Amino acid sequence: MKPYQTIVYDHIHAGERVIDLGCGTGQLLKELRHKKHCDGYGIDQAFDNVVQAIKEGLPVYHGDVLEGIRPFDDQVFDVAILSQTLQQVLHPEQLLLEMTRIAKRVIITFPNFGHWRVRMHLCLKGVSPKTSQLPYDWYDTPNIRVITIQEFRELCHRLNMTIIREIPSVTSPINRLIFPLRLTNLFAEKGIFVIQKHP
Amino acid sequence: MTAHEYSHPERILLNSGQSLPDIRVAYHTFGELNADKSNVVLICHPLTADSNPLNWWGAIVGPNKAIDTNRYFVLCSNVLGGCYGTTGPSSINPKTGTPYGLSFPIITIRDMVTVQRHLCDHLGIERIHMVIGGSMGGMQALEWVAQCPDRVHACVSIAATSQVSPLAIAFDSVGRHAILNDLVTHTSGPSSGLAIARQLGHITYLSEEALEAKFSRQLQDADAFQYHMAPEFQVESYLSYQGNKFVNRFDPYAYLYLTKAISYFDLAHHYGSIEAALGPSHASFLIMAIRSDWLYTSKQSKTLVYELMKQNKHVSFVEIDSDYGHDTFLIDSDETRAVIHGFLDSL
Repeated sequence: MKPYQTIVYDHIHAGERVIDLGCGTGQLLKELRHKKHCDGYGIDQAFDNVVQAIKEGLPVYHGDVLEGIRPFDDQVFDVAILSQTLQQVLHPEQLLLEMTRIAKRVIITFPNFGHWRVRMHLCLKGVSPKTSQLPYDWYDTPNIRVITIQEFRELCHRLNMTIIREIPSVTSPINRLIFPLRLTNLFAEKGIFVIQKHP
Repeated sequence: MTAHEYSHPERILLNSGQSLPDIRVAYHTFGELNADKSNVVLICHPLTADSNPLNWWGAIVGPNKAIDTNRYFVLCSNVLGGCYGTTGPSSINPKTGTPYGLSFPIITIRDMVTVQRHLCDHLGIERIHMVIGGSMGGMQALEWVAQCPDRVHACVSIAATSQVSPLAIAFDSVGRHAILNDLVTHTSGPSSGLAIARQLGHITYLSEEALEAKFSRQLQDADAFQYHMAPEFQVESYLSYQGNKFVNRFDPYAYLYLTKAISYFDLAHHYGSIEAALGPSHASFLIMAIRSDWLYTSKQSKTLVYELMKQNKHVSFVEIDSDYGHDTFLIDSDETRAVIHGFLDSL
């Protein structure tokens, strides 16, 4: 599992019912099932990913995430996960609302476009950001949304969602030592949020 | 591989309220049944196929194939109402000594599965590890779960639906009209009607993209239009070839009865609702659709999947991105193979 997946994994309790949107090959769900006895459901758009996840014995929906979660009844999952996908979603608001509808807790991770390296690209070089987290050229990026940690907090607020936890994901050990918590938006490469919405 | 026949000793009560005596079932088995009889894969065949999947699904079934006959005991029987060995409208009516013809009772998908259930009882098979089928076979696979919720461990339904649409009913109805019309006007028997029905069927098994890719507007023999009424386009020749070929291998009465059974298929109607039909089962489901299938559409498959999701079933949905239409499930495709193999492996 990737480091951010480990963080997500750590925030899920044993025996919980989990849905992973953009589940890939089902790596996280597989770990959760084996080690925490979680009951998992996956959604992914890539055929090869879906075949791999099915091979692992996971139930998977092959298709669009929004289309795939709509059929579920309210609050049938303990946790809904959206890892590194929000920036590729056409209707992020709708998706967040649907996620909080079907799950008691929602865990979201996304690349933070407010990170200082990203800012430097635009500010100093005058070019679209290209970093290890965001390796694409502007014309071939799957990322259609520019999200910053600060603006994500604002969206949660506007949608009446409670941020239960915010986990700064800072990979550089030096940055991790020196950055003050208030400057997450500047220093965290990824935003990792646990949110919920009370009906 | 072995071909067998089973005669059911009792009358079977049909969905319609009528009953049939002396039902014979032609079936094939592959591989060995293991000691605890837990390795049974039951294959349900589509409309015009027979009980030997090697004849029509050789890409999927066989030693070391997606459905590995070295590991699984594979069972496939010809459907009730068919014309490849199982009792159907061209079988001899024991009461009259002549073929049933149109006096054969109407049968449904449910009746086909009832007969298969009796065959399994006869073979001492209680649990079906996986039931799988495409098109009409996929309908039988779903019906199996509805009829025997405790006997099926996993169900794979490919390019099928839980409720046959008015579009599909319409196609089959026209096909039946062609055959019935032939029955009335020709004493020698319905053959050109069956050919027409098959031609129409073939169009529904393909897609706009497939027809375009296969034939475009190419002419069969001439380089230019001949401005006469005879067939000129390649697509016409293809269809008439398929139609004529079919007449030699299929019984028109069976075609009437089997397509009628398909038209009736509606799980929600038969059981009250999809939830009543499939809810009691703990089976794992794999629903596969083909993007370009306009006979039993991907949209219809998704509707079923959503119902199963709502019921918190272990259900996977895969859409095969193919241009070849409904028939994709019969074509040797890496995608179909990979999904079936992966799913069966995971059980």
